Amino acid sequence: MTAPDSNGTPMVRFENVTKSYGSFVVLDGLDLEFGAGEKVAIIGPSGSGKTTVLRMLMTLERINDGIIWLDGEPLTHMERDGQLVPANAAHLRRQRGKIGMVFQHFNLFPHMNAVQNCMEAPVTVLRMPKAEARARACELLEMVGLGDKFNHYPGQLSGGQQQRVAIARALAMRPKVMLFDEVTSALDPELIGEVLNVIRKLGSELDLTMLMVTHQMGFAKEFADRVCFFHSGKICEQGPPEQIFGAPENERTKQFLSAVLEAT
Amino acid sequence: MVWDWSYALSILPILAQASIVTIQATLLGFVLAATLGLLLAILRTSPLPIIAVPTGLVVEFIRSTPLLIQIFFLYFVFPEFGVTLDAFVAGVIALGVHYATYCSEVYRAGLEGVPRGQWEASTALNLSPFHTFRDVIIPQAIPPVIPALGNYFVALFKETPLLSAIAVMELMQRAKILGSQTFRYIEPITIAGAFFLVMSLIAAALIRYVERRIALRGIRP
Amino acid sequence: MAQRLLLVSTIMAFLAGLAIASFAGFREFLPGLLQGALITVEITVAGAVLALVCAVIAALAKLYGPAPVRWLAITYIELFRGTSALVQLFWMFFVLPHFGVRLEPLLVAILALGLNIGAYGAEVVRGAIIAVPRGQWEATIALNMSRAAALRRVILPQAFVAMIPPWGNLLIELLKSTSLVSLITIADLTFRAQQMNQTTFRTVEIFIIVLLLYLAISMIITVGMRALEAKAAGAVARGRAH
Repeated sequence: MTAPDSNGTPMVRFENVTKSYGSFVVLDGLDLEFGAGEKVAIIGPSGSGKTTVLRMLMTLERINDGIIWLDGEPLTHMERDGQLVPANAAHLRRQRGKIGMVFQHFNLFPHMNAVQNCMEAPVTVLRMPKAEARARACELLEMVGLGDKFNHYPGQLSGGQQQRVAIARALAMRPKVMLFDEVTSALDPELIGEVLNVIRKLGSELDLTMLMVTHQMGFAKEFADRVCFFHSGKICEQGPPEQIFGAPENERTKQFLSAVLEAT
Repeated sequence: MVWDWSYALSILPILAQASIVTIQATLLGFVLAATLGLLLAILRTSPLPIIAVPTGLVVEFIRSTPLLIQIFFLYFVFPEFGVTLDAFVAGVIALGVHYATYCSEVYRAGLEGVPRGQWEASTALNLSPFHTFRDVIIPQAIPPVIPALGNYFVALFKETPLLSAIAVMELMQRAKILGSQTFRYIEPITIAGAFFLVMSLIAAALIRYVERRIALRGIRP
Repeated sequence: MAQRLLLVSTIMAFLAGLAIASFAGFREFLPGLLQGALITVEITVAGAVLALVCAVIAALAKLYGPAPVRWLAITYIELFRGTSALVQLFWMFFVLPHFGVRLEPLLVAILALGLNIGAYGAEVVRGAIIAVPRGQWEATIALNMSRAAALRRVILPQAFVAMIPPWGNLLIELLKSTSLVSLITIADLTFRAQQMNQTTFRTVEIFIIVLLLYLAISMIITVGMRALEAKAAGAVARGRAH
């Protein structure tokens, strides 16, 4: 039940993390580790807190209790006078550079074309020269198979193409960890394959830690090193895909998987 | 020269009296605006272009030109046709007509918000257009737009000082005269301004309250 | 379609009015009135610039400022929306000198009207910023952009398009409210009309010409803002996700 170890410190570590909205507890004392280069699929029914895990790691939401560690350093906290205190904006910005995220609804910038979308953050955040940023943007767009769409605006692209631009945009920041939040849920069924192919390619060509919340059980089974099943803000069961999908032990996992498989 | 409390207190009764004229002009003006506005909205949504287009023209014309000019126009032009209007009456008519054009846009949004199916159901029940409007469409079109009408009620109230331009003895005119008599403008004009500020803040809070109530109850009364 | 029909008929009505007016004292009154109209346009343009600056600053302060700055912005917005432009104009014209602040009437006019429209504009700007989808903000965080960069590069360019139609309405309100400056001795279009009316008593002709001049200026504003909107919407609509 432990993460496959890759030389010592995990890339990401959740330590007793709690998140609640008012009296509604989304995550309850979560302990979880992801090793460097590990590919993890997070599954579970809606409202189980699986998306919240990614959103907290991206610091889109504050945690109420506990600590998240990233690459051996505290993410949600920082050290001051030998003590850990909640992180300030500067600390968050330093740490966030190691993480990239792809959203369910793409969230591309509608007033910029594909190349501009991929150049924006390298130029404004990393202060990269424009020519270099453009070269990197084009290279990444080629990699996701959009070499012929450089000057297209998001509105001129299909959902699958938009999502591939969004992946290139996140990669342009050279993150160590990539988060995929239900990236195929907003797509028409015939467009899902092209996005999953790109993710497969990243997995084999780049040295990335990849965490994905997904409803694509087939893809999770084939792609992930480990599958985490969430239920009511807790990890119910986790392990290699063969075990979770082949021989689940937990009653809830069994129920969820049989319900999902029945639907497809 | 600083604020003089004893002077401020001494002019308070005079200003209070003038504020009654302000409130009268507001209420009468808004009654005119609300009724004429509804009429304009119904005419403007008419399926006949011969009615809808000229109405739209008049509405746009009145909305695009200054209220002050319209007040002058009514006050100075009517006597040329032998009708001498009292300044107060001319002012109230101008205010009412000007804001009727704003209200008509609000009503129009309300009328267009009523689903087409309501018209079709009324036709299927063989209701006359008049009864359809009175019993089916208007009762559904008005409640959602009450907050927007309320905003124009406040806007009309705040514009009543314009009547001072044709010497109606409302609050601002009275404050200006007091100022010119004593050469102390600070107290009368500030009191008049504070009156408008307080009244419109109260009205805005009231509108927000009504808005919440309507939202809670849904569209139907 | 209906809007275009309306615009065409407004222009036709304008031309018809022009024809009528040209029979009646058009030559006699127009030069003087045009001088006044120039002042009206000047005040409108200067007021619009001031209003835009105030609106953006107040909106950003109300949305993102620290508490004291936020309260200052809210006070400004509520104070200037809670009273009318005329009250503000009179207060600056009659009361400020008693505090030792003596300003040119023209400056008072621009300040009062600009601050007044700016307060309404602040809510327009704020509303447009709030209306940008949350996901856009989240994307800028995921890309590690600073809040200033996110606003400048991502949020404001999208909010800008939504702001144009309400700003068109506000500019017409501004134009209309410039007529008030005639009450503080500025020789604008309304002031000239009053003056001519008192000397010639040819009320109908004078006021019809004046109304048409105001209509013409507001039509220029409407057409200009529509063109701006079409241009800006073209830039963003291309990109708006389905």
